[in-house]
Amino acid sequence: MTSASEHLTKPLMTSTEPATTMELKLRRRARISSLFRYAVLAAFGLLMLYPLIWLIGASFKTNAEIFASPSFWPKEPTLDGYINGWKTSTPYTFGHFIWNTLVIIIPKVIGTAVSCTLVAYGFARFEFPGKKILFMTVIATLLLPNVVTRIPQYLLFRDIGWLDSFLPLWVPSALAGDAFFVFMLIQFLRAIPRDMEEAARVDGANTLQTLIYIVVPMLMPAIISVCLFQFMWTMNDFLGPLIYISSVENYPVSLALKLSIDTTEAFDWNQILAMSVLALAPSLTVFFLAQKYFIEGISTGGVKG
Amino acid sequence: MAELQLRSVEKTYGGGFKAVHGINLDVAEGEFMVLVGPSGCAKSTTLRMIAGLETITGGEIRIGGKVVNDVVPGKRGISMVFQNYALYPHMKVRSNLAFGLRLRRRPKDEIDSATTDVSGTLEIGELLDRLPKQLSGGQAQRVAVGRALIKQPDVFLFDEPLSNLDAKLRASMRVRITDLHKRLKAEGRPATVVYVTHDQTEAMTMGDRICVMKDGRIMQVADPLTLYERPANAFVAGFIGMPEMNLVEGTLTMDTQPHLTFGDQTIAIKDGLAERLATPQGKIRIGIRPQHLDVVPDGTPGSLRGTVTTAEYLGHEIHIHLKVGSLPLVAVALTERLSAMPRRGDTLSLKPQGPRIHLFDWQTEENVSLADTGN
Repeated sequence: MTSASEHLTKPLMTSTEPATTMELKLRRRARISSLFRYAVLAAFGLLMLYPLIWLIGASFKTNAEIFASPSFWPKEPTLDGYINGWKTSTPYTFGHFIWNTLVIIIPKVIGTAVSCTLVAYGFARFEFPGKKILFMTVIATLLLPNVVTRIPQYLLFRDIGWLDSFLPLWVPSALAGDAFFVFMLIQFLRAIPRDMEEAARVDGANTLQTLIYIVVPMLMPAIISVCLFQFMWTMNDFLGPLIYISSVENYPVSLALKLSIDTTEAFDWNQILAMSVLALAPSLTVFFLAQKYFIEGISTGGVKG
Repeated sequence: MAELQLRSVEKTYGGGFKAVHGINLDVAEGEFMVLVGPSGCAKSTTLRMIAGLETITGGEIRIGGKVVNDVVPGKRGISMVFQNYALYPHMKVRSNLAFGLRLRRRPKDEIDSATTDVSGTLEIGELLDRLPKQLSGGQAQRVAVGRALIKQPDVFLFDEPLSNLDAKLRASMRVRITDLHKRLKAEGRPATVVYVTHDQTEAMTMGDRICVMKDGRIMQVADPLTLYERPANAFVAGFIGMPEMNLVEGTLTMDTQPHLTFGDQTIAIKDGLAERLATPQGKIRIGIRPQHLDVVPDGTPGSLRGTVTTAEYLGHEIHIHLKVGSLPLVAVALTERLSAMPRRGDTLSLKPQGPRIHLFDWQTEENVSLADTGN
């Protein structure tokens, strides 16, 4: 119930006297108003979520049924999509591709968190020659469209000999290549008073100890947001692996899903949908587990500073 | 514990702004030194330079005889209490206290006994397992003092530690801190303290000596009594004392009998004073504390007649704002001495307590009357 309707109904509920006609009228109006509002909200929510609900429902349908009805509820529920989809059309199971994805994501997330925190700490707390120009460069890369750097980057990694390995996906992030995260952490750090760090220095902590024992714990909500963003973006990243990874053995989930569309002539849509549902699961799980910190992180970082 | 010395310490910022102009200050071992001054007088900067949180651009800082210009804060043998307490928000009180000792890799029993000791002294034993956000202002302040105390530093630095507390708590914390300082002295571990404040009540009640600063310069360093009775210049005279000292423009006339006039008043001055003035004849600044202007019966010789503009009733005393001619003056009268509350428009006669008039050179603002007052 909203605060407005609470305001209208509350005194009546606590009152011992019988409600007057006027009060009854008010109470009824408040109830109808909130009922209407929730109905509209629920309808819109359902509209937004319907594709997702349909996806989950359709993953249990037979191939023939998928396009036969727009309803999400399968008439003859079957696990065929999951069983066959898991096997894939390659020598590897879908589990192998999930594993590949995790092998890409975990070092990348750790690398991002560590490197971006270090760089943001440097920019937010220290004065050094060339700081302004360097900071402007970081912000400039934020504005640079990704596409522009694709070809030079590809040539660079080709010359180093990193193609068809995970290194082109890991290394830029481990060197604070994601300017957005650096910027986000700097904004968050700017909102934190320096007193605690100064107190730590007086207590005898050196720069690194101050960072680890004092700054990182205070920065934790923002760091968790960074990890979550990086996790989800990497999970969904299609272009990066497509460019740098050529052997099926190293494919992450995003490429593997595409693979099943490519290789079979008559697409087994229920397999694709079933595997899509599986591909969604890690992001959703991580998001719901860390939701509290995530929202704290982006709201604080964005508003203050 | 050790003494602290500042020698021609300067601070110039990148833009060329000079915040501290070569100050010299000696704080003896076990002394409670208060740095006081208006906002922007560089008292906090000076403290932060002593702590090592701010670099110095000239001069020398010595702690215990050792030059510490290039020593990091953690190795200077200092500890500091910050204005906003600066407790580590993610650590419980116990860890906040122990953090410094842990960084020094002290054995666990030593840390535990030191924590117990300090929490006993400051009565924060029950708070040890709380987070800083679960503490009230006064409790957080005590924990911050505890964190400074536990390291047994050579010099304690306090940066306006009471300014975030309400008036009542501030008064009780003031007493606690001075008590603690005295207790440590009695226990044979005297604490050298540098305490920054903008509040003159804190300065006067807490300090063994007070260093009054203005615009990055030291105006006077003295014990509270001297500062009040014998201010070295017009700034100190105006800054110390409530309400502010009346500083009015007067004229010095050198006749056979040198005398000064202000408004329509003439006061004779003693011989010898005139020679000490930079401009022996002409304009001079006269300082009279409101407490040294007595309300006297009309017609008393040497009295001034003024018209009341406002009277502030404070219970035991009344602050009377008057106009004597065109000069605004403030006088403090004890309520019990007055037969009636003065009202706007009333005329009153006031008589300055002769020997307590201060004369300040018009140009240098130095107090030239110190020898004259016989204090």
